[in-house]
Amino acid sequence: MSQIPATLRYAASHEWVRVDNDLATVGITDHAQAELSDVVYVDLPKPGAQVKAGAVAAVVESVKAASDIYAPISGEVVEANSALAAKPELVNQDPFGEAWLFRVKIANASEIDNLMDAAGYKASINE
Amino acid sequence: MAVKTTPLFAAHQRLGARLTEFGGWNMPVQYTGIVDEHKAVRTAAGLFDISHMGEFFVRGANAAAFLNGTLTNDVAQLEIGQGHYTLMCGEQGGVIDDLILYRVAADDYFLVVNAAKIDEDEKHLTAFLPAGVSFENASDRYAALAWQGPQALPLARAFFGPAWPEPKRNTLTRASWNCQEILTARTGYTGEDGLELFFAPEIADAFFNALLKAGAPLGLKPCGLGARDTLRLEACLPLNGNDLSPAHSALAAGLEPFLGFKKEALYPGKNFMMEQKAQGLRLKLMAFRVASGPPPRPHYRLFSGSDEVGEVTSGAPSPTLGYGIGLAYVRGDLALPGMHLEMEVRDRRVPVELVKKPFYKRAA
Repeated sequence: MSQIPATLRYAASHEWVRVDNDLATVGITDHAQAELSDVVYVDLPKPGAQVKAGAVAAVVESVKAASDIYAPISGEVVEANSALAAKPELVNQDPFGEAWLFRVKIANASEIDNLMDAAGYKASINE
Repeated sequence: MAVKTTPLFAAHQRLGARLTEFGGWNMPVQYTGIVDEHKAVRTAAGLFDISHMGEFFVRGANAAAFLNGTLTNDVAQLEIGQGHYTLMCGEQGGVIDDLILYRVAADDYFLVVNAAKIDEDEKHLTAFLPAGVSFENASDRYAALAWQGPQALPLARAFFGPAWPEPKRNTLTRASWNCQEILTARTGYTGEDGLELFFAPEIADAFFNALLKAGAPLGLKPCGLGARDTLRLEACLPLNGNDLSPAHSALAAGLEPFLGFKKEALYPGKNFMMEQKAQGLRLKLMAFRVASGPPPRPHYRLFSGSDEVGEVTSGAPSPTLGYGIGLAYVRGDLALPGMHLEMEVRDRRVPVELVKKPFYKRAA
């Protein structure tokens, strides 16, 4: 049974979003980190890069494979979590906290409505 | 084709394994985690379900001569009870399968082949079966476990008791458990000492559980294919379908010690590969490491300046070494340990260095 904080929004591809005014912080869910297990490397978009909702924005690598991470919201990347370069295992340890991946300046607030709430995400992963 | 399950499927589910399809079989990838299981095998012991692998018998007065003309290694070198690594190649040396061949009696040979190649190997072996040789595909009669790690042999001695004739490296003996015969081979695919066990599928569940229970105090853990892959890669043991394929000869794969160039018998691919050796190889399977950066993965391309000079066939972060390691076919003139190349990862290039095989060797 994985954690699914009620305050966040979720994409079907297992990213979470925290909206603070016009900024969206993006990470991967507890369910996703458990499925990946043993994260060893994280590739993040650079500040200034444009990401598009539903398109690949980052890559998280476990021992077994490299997994694409999709931007849940379109916009300009304003910050990437540089702590993950040295400590990629944070993705396993604290997926909703210290292991946020990147922050986006929200280009189109209506995209938030396309994301699931905690109950919807919980149902989507059959928990 | 329906995905098959091994006799240990229920046991894997009870242990909470994460399952995946591999070579037509539903197999455990991991139980507790790849790194945890990898370290258990390097420091204590691990138990892997390898029941998906195929078992054949080739028997008869002409069996040795037949196998010597079909497989690469020199069958004449095998004493009774001994086994060796060998290959089945096409006319240009391309690898059909790699396998272990044991001589279990004077004219009785036991072959352990890759799961995904059982049907193809059987066709290849039976296409020209001469008089005086019989073939049996015994895959359904055997379940199998790999029991690997520095504690595997001490555990086995305690488990099977003093009546068990302990096999030397690359030999096979018989043990008895609950009046059932267990074939015990001192072989493996992890770079550690250990055993591979072959036994009746009917006892698989009870035997697996008995071994896990007996080994738990010394750190024995059930291990999945995920750890099996990182362990074998650290030991530079090639994986058929990745590092070995019909596209590359066994010589290019660096397997010359198993190619029996000195034996008289002519197996498919022998002349071609001897000629390749004389001419120099166009591509060679090399080991390389990534000092820092993303781990290598199969199909990543290697470059020297603007020239594409190789392709990765296996890659992973090494749990033992803490950096990315891989195997790649590299252009022959550049295939030297110490050579610096670049690996394309997504939109950039990462420096890599060719190194001597293997990445990991256990203390003697």
